[in-house]
Amino acid sequence: MTSDTPMLEISNLHVAITGTEILRGVDLAVDRGTVHAIMGPNGSGKSTLAQVLAGHPAYEVTAGTVRYQGHDLLELAPEERAREGVFLAFQYPVEVRGITNSYFLRSAVNALRKHRGEPELDALDFLGVLEGKLKAIGWDDSFLNRPVNEGFSGGEKKRNEILQLAVLEPTLAILDETDSGLDIDALKTVAGAVNALRRPDRAFLVVTHYQRLLDYITPDFVHVLADGRIVRSGGPELAHELEAKGYDWLRDGAVVS
Amino acid sequence: MTSIEAQVLQPYKYGFETLIESEIVPPGLNEDVIRLISTKKGEPEWMLDWRLKAYRQWVRMTEPHWANVRYGPVDYQAISYYAAPKRGPELKSLSDVDPKLIETFDKLGIPIEEQKRLAGVAVDAVFDSVSVATTFRAELAKSGVIFCPISEAIREHPDLVREYLGSVVPANDNFFAALNSAVFTDGSFVYIPKGVRCPLELSTYFRINARATGQFERTLIIADPGSYVSYLEGCSAPTRDENQLHAAVVELVAHDDATIKYSTIQNWYPGDAEGRGGIYNFVTKRGKCAGRRSKISWTQVETGSAITWKYPGCILQGDDSIGEFYSVAVTSQRQQADTGTKMIHLGRHTRSTIVSKGISAGLGQNTYRGLVKILKGADRARNYSQCDSMLIGDRCGAHTFPYIDVRNSTAIMEHEASTSKIGEDQIFYLRQRGLSAEDAVSLIVNGFCKEVFRELPMEFAVEAQRLLGISLEGSVG
Repeated sequence: MTSDTPMLEISNLHVAITGTEILRGVDLAVDRGTVHAIMGPNGSGKSTLAQVLAGHPAYEVTAGTVRYQGHDLLELAPEERAREGVFLAFQYPVEVRGITNSYFLRSAVNALRKHRGEPELDALDFLGVLEGKLKAIGWDDSFLNRPVNEGFSGGEKKRNEILQLAVLEPTLAILDETDSGLDIDALKTVAGAVNALRRPDRAFLVVTHYQRLLDYITPDFVHVLADGRIVRSGGPELAHELEAKGYDWLRDGAVVS
Repeated sequence: MTSIEAQVLQPYKYGFETLIESEIVPPGLNEDVIRLISTKKGEPEWMLDWRLKAYRQWVRMTEPHWANVRYGPVDYQAISYYAAPKRGPELKSLSDVDPKLIETFDKLGIPIEEQKRLAGVAVDAVFDSVSVATTFRAELAKSGVIFCPISEAIREHPDLVREYLGSVVPANDNFFAALNSAVFTDGSFVYIPKGVRCPLELSTYFRINARATGQFERTLIIADPGSYVSYLEGCSAPTRDENQLHAAVVELVAHDDATIKYSTIQNWYPGDAEGRGGIYNFVTKRGKCAGRRSKISWTQVETGSAITWKYPGCILQGDDSIGEFYSVAVTSQRQQADTGTKMIHLGRHTRSTIVSKGISAGLGQNTYRGLVKILKGADRARNYSQCDSMLIGDRCGAHTFPYIDVRNSTAIMEHEASTSKIGEDQIFYLRQRGLSAEDAVSLIVNGFCKEVFRELPMEFAVEAQRLLGISLEGSVG
């Protein structure tokens, strides 16, 4: 792998769930340090793409390949993908009763460290790491001793996903509709944290229905997914065009640029 | 079987058999067998009479079948009621203990040798029908604490035994208690004198080894006014194709301002995936909060046994006394458990707390059955009950039967219940963060049981989590 091959290369990806084809030939290349927005109408397959990249077992890949940092990504188990630096911020984060956020985060960090052959962190060391991360994204520690996502508001759950992103330091961060259900203040907070986490060696795939999030996270590329294919790609201006015109004009006979 | 189920259905790790020459009385039960047991134990006449009286009541009783469990008929004449490693139970020091027995308990993680003993824990090791060693006895004696096999207490402390034996669980309390009263062989006796805080955790480990025998242990704990004791029992048995019966009785008595904390980690052989073999665990455990402000707390982690029938309860007689029941019961493969508690409020301002966590996997059937009874004189009694069930896979079952009987209008009762399922989405979320599927299940189960695990003594919380396939160390770090 050389530095000019893309970090992530999706070719002709076809995906079905319970026999229904959702993705019908997706092609996408993502370079290090770039932010790609995936937009599209409801049911276009945006979330499916995010879930498939993370390895959700409910989806069946029927054709195509996904190369990620020299790996055949589709061959890896979900936890192996995570350990190789793929992170998915969930649209609907799951609750884990009785387990504090800080314990969960430390378990996850240690799983990654173990994979890299690094010593695991004890509770005290980890607290030090965590405080640094919280400071970097400008948040307090009120999340840490609450059970994972239990009793969290929608906004808190999304913030918690971003906190995990900050702590786990992925190479490829996929944000699945992180803006859905957020009020404008929460949206700004989350976007601010994401911007603070941009790195030359980290790529973002931001899945969103609305252009709103992209007012705060400026993408390098915008792709429009419709009926299971990328029907248009462009720069940030494409998002504004979509905001003005909607999605319908792209649907039939549109050309992939 | 789903991938999640596969994670929790682990093979039984304690199924080895110790090859040791044992003295086993022929199967069958009659008055002569009871006389034989009594003679072997060197018991006084009153004890034999007590046993025979219990036996005569038992023969007129019938086995209870109201529990939500199914099993074939038990042939009480096919069981041997006494099995002991040869070399006699009269041990003057540990050097008299057969090395094979020491090795057995070592393998089970219960070292009884002087140099290997668990720090801060005194252990009574019971093998089939006899106690083979009790550690730290001299240290305990310095504070006036008596911790010895009950067979020895009958000989050495007859006044205490006569006063309390059967005072909480009468010999005719139920079919299995009557059977136990007739044939019980060993178990632990604990007496904590007035004002003494027992300096060590006390623990008894029960091991069934011999084939076609039953284990009928009897435990009696007495806490005098102002005293405190924490006691823990553990158990296991070899893997065998036939079922074995375990019918124990445990009685606790707490006087004014005394506290007894009783923890159980039950890991009897559960039987195999087809439901062959396994222990029938039919146990009567009850504590009496006799004194004012006394407290009895039961914590149980039940992972073993083919069939479990067990309701550790509290009689809250003293005003302001407190009863607690914290339980994790796991049924996987074809295990069936019907377990819960009874809280009987007699005194004023008595309080009870029930936290029950049932986990079912495979074809396991898990039933919570609990009674909260508030009697007329129990002014302003309170109870809080919480029953949570977790299902793993779609072939298991969870059932809840709460009985509430309130006869005093000033009582305050709260009852909460929930049923949840470990889902693929929950597992996927945790795996996406780098945890293996196995660690993901562990984390979820661990979180579910947390309120119970935190009640266990430190040394055993780790053991309990290990039993559920939960590692605190390592990748879940």
